[in-house]
Amino acid sequence: MPTEIDRSEVQKLIDRGAHVVEVLPLDEYEEDHLPGALSLPLSRIETEAVRILDRTRPVIVYCWDTA
Amino acid sequence: MSPRAAWRLESLGFSEVYDYVAGKLDWMAAGLRTEGTNAAHPRAGDVARKDVPLARLEDRLGDVRDRVSHGGWDAVVVTNSERVVFGLLRSKELAKDAELTIEQAMRPAPSTFRPYRAIKEIAEHMTTHMVDNSPITTSDGRLVGLLLRKDAVRVAGEQE
Repeated sequence: MPTEIDRSEVQKLIDRGAHVVEVLPLDEYEEDHLPGALSLPLSRIETEAVRILDRTRPVIVYCWDTA
Repeated sequence: MSPRAAWRLESLGFSEVYDYVAGKLDWMAAGLRTEGTNAAHPRAGDVARKDVPLARLEDRLGDVRDRVSHGGWDAVVVTNSERVVFGLLRSKELAKDAELTIEQAMRPAPSTFRPYRAIKEIAEHMTTHMVDNSPITTSDGRLVGLLLRKDAVRVAGEQE
């Protein structure tokens, strides 16, 4: 079950080498994204997640907010 | 959207998946750095003056006025020890009876802006509504700085 985290935990996990993944559409990612984040829109997870992400590392996903 | 992504990643064999539920909005509202095409454009948090004088609720107005007048300030932000904004003193409030406490004199619960807002947009708002200055705060109410209209208008003009 995915774990919900807050901002401070994001920063700790980044220090541990976590992938940071924005799941919003690419144009929104290109305007603003968290430092070092990868773009992986929801519609592409199915086909690309395994190719671009390391399954042995923690993965943080985010969008705009809770919506 | 992110919960669906997190669950789908788990189903694809990722064993340590976290959902930053408050998301990009929370990150930007905290004034943290981002990357991307918008990152090069000044935002409210970049332009806000971080050296704005502060006062506490229990301070005496006359003491605060004496302290800030030397620095040429005509605005003071009222915060607690955690820098959470409670009020604002502009010229009108600073001119009140020196014996009042800040709590009695201040303008409570002032309107604030988040640090990620584009400076051009804020400059237009401040000009239209004749707002001389406004605190910039994080989503949890902590002060980033005080944005002066003259600074916002100048920086917005430099972008054009």
